[in-house]
Amino acid sequence: MAYNTPSDLRYSKTHEWVRYEGDEVVIGITDYAQHALGDVVYVELPAVGATVTAGESFGVVESVKASSDLYAPVSGEVIAVNTALESDQSPINNDPYGEGWMLRVRPTGESEELLDAEAYAAFVAEIDH
Amino acid sequence: MLKRTPFYNAHLAMGARMVEFGGWEMPVQYRGIIEEHHAVRNRAGLFDISHMGRFMVRGPNAEAFLQRMVTCDVSAIPLGHASYGLLCRPNGGIVDDVFIYHLPDEFMVVVNAANRAKDWDWFQQHTAGFEVEIEDRSERWAMLALQGPHAEHLLATAEDSTTAEIGSLPFHGVAMTTIFGQNALIARTGYTGEDGFEIFFEAVHAERFWHGLLALGGNAVQACGLGARDSLRFEACLALYGHEIDETMNPYEARLGWVVKLDKGDFIGREALQAIKQAGVTRRLVGFEMVGKGIARGGYQVQRVTGEPVGFVTSGMPSPTLGRPLGMAYVPIDLSSEGSEFDVIVRERPVRARVVKMPFYKPRYKR
Repeated sequence: MAYNTPSDLRYSKTHEWVRYEGDEVVIGITDYAQHALGDVVYVELPAVGATVTAGESFGVVESVKASSDLYAPVSGEVIAVNTALESDQSPINNDPYGEGWMLRVRPTGESEELLDAEAYAAFVAEIDH
Repeated sequence: MLKRTPFYNAHLAMGARMVEFGGWEMPVQYRGIIEEHHAVRNRAGLFDISHMGRFMVRGPNAEAFLQRMVTCDVSAIPLGHASYGLLCRPNGGIVDDVFIYHLPDEFMVVVNAANRAKDWDWFQQHTAGFEVEIEDRSERWAMLALQGPHAEHLLATAEDSTTAEIGSLPFHGVAMTTIFGQNALIARTGYTGEDGFEIFFEAVHAERFWHGLLALGGNAVQACGLGARDSLRFEACLALYGHEIDETMNPYEARLGWVVKLDKGDFIGREALQAIKQAGVTRRLVGFEMVGKGIARGGYQVQRVTGEPVGFVTSGMPSPTLGRPLGMAYVPIDLSSEGSEFDVIVRERPVRARVVKMPFYKPRYKR
């Protein structure tokens, strides 16, 4: 199965994406992740001002089938949260790289190993067979 | 190598997401668990359940043999009817939950996919002294479930009018009929809490039945995967082997005492079950809702509000029909009455939960 992996993003091996915008980053989960989870019915995200740490859980997404931790691809301070997802989680499934964004973070430098689109697509192809 | 049903290629062609379940490669969803779930509650859904085991038991002592193996009263199952039953260990632990269909000259026992080999061996170990023949029909026959309020009238349109059994088939009735011009065994049984049918037929006709049933009513039938099968049975509080029941649990604590007929004569586990019933159980399966924020999942720990660990969650999820997180758990008797509160450890934090009535969703069977 082919998943959407936009070339302008970077990806973690735990299936979060990162978009660098100046000195800020936007974070969400990948098309593969939303597909594997199924319909997301609940999402728990940190508050603005919270600190997230690369490689550590910053929240959770829940589907009928499973709970799944969200792992921070970078360390930093949360400067915006997509609070619209509290009442309507469907953008996480329908538009994971757009309206389904989760956090905007001001990074402090530390980061997980991030893959480019090609490497992430290959990584997903490896685990999804 | 995972095993595959005769519908494997059809699942792939429909873009199903495949997962491992009990040694089988099965579809977990096609369009989405919630959509498939609602399709069954409101209309009709089709499930491939060929991974389950189908054992034919026949011979002069077939009834006596089964009577020894299961907790229910096999002699009370009329010809053309089916009954839920349990296989128990001598200590009362549950080997499997099964459905027994009384057919002309034989019984069919449908067992859980993950327990096929174990149940087969369990049966073979106990045939001594019985004139009985057991045949594994699981490969030769495929098995589909058509479930939902529209299942009856849709399936009737596929039935040959000269055999017409569907409309008159009672709850848990089973009959031979002709569907799409082929012989098929149909039973008014299922695992969703809705009216519906389970259909058995020669596996060589798999594609014909699969596509034919989906096309009924102008493609009015939704293909459904194991995800919706789980959420549907969960709302109806139907036990899932490996979750609500297993060999470490007995029928009384699982609220399945009604399946144990102690007065029917001897059977495996009877002595232990009688003693358990007399002594009373120390824990019980309960249904609960979340009071605090969080979703309980199978395996999560349960503790008293004072912090003492006392039990575990067997299944939990956000209920698609009721729109809120619910769960089932084993808890001590003093926490098992409606309104009792305990904490479920959700992601290392205690989250308050409250015991509610089971089932969460009242089944709409046609009686």
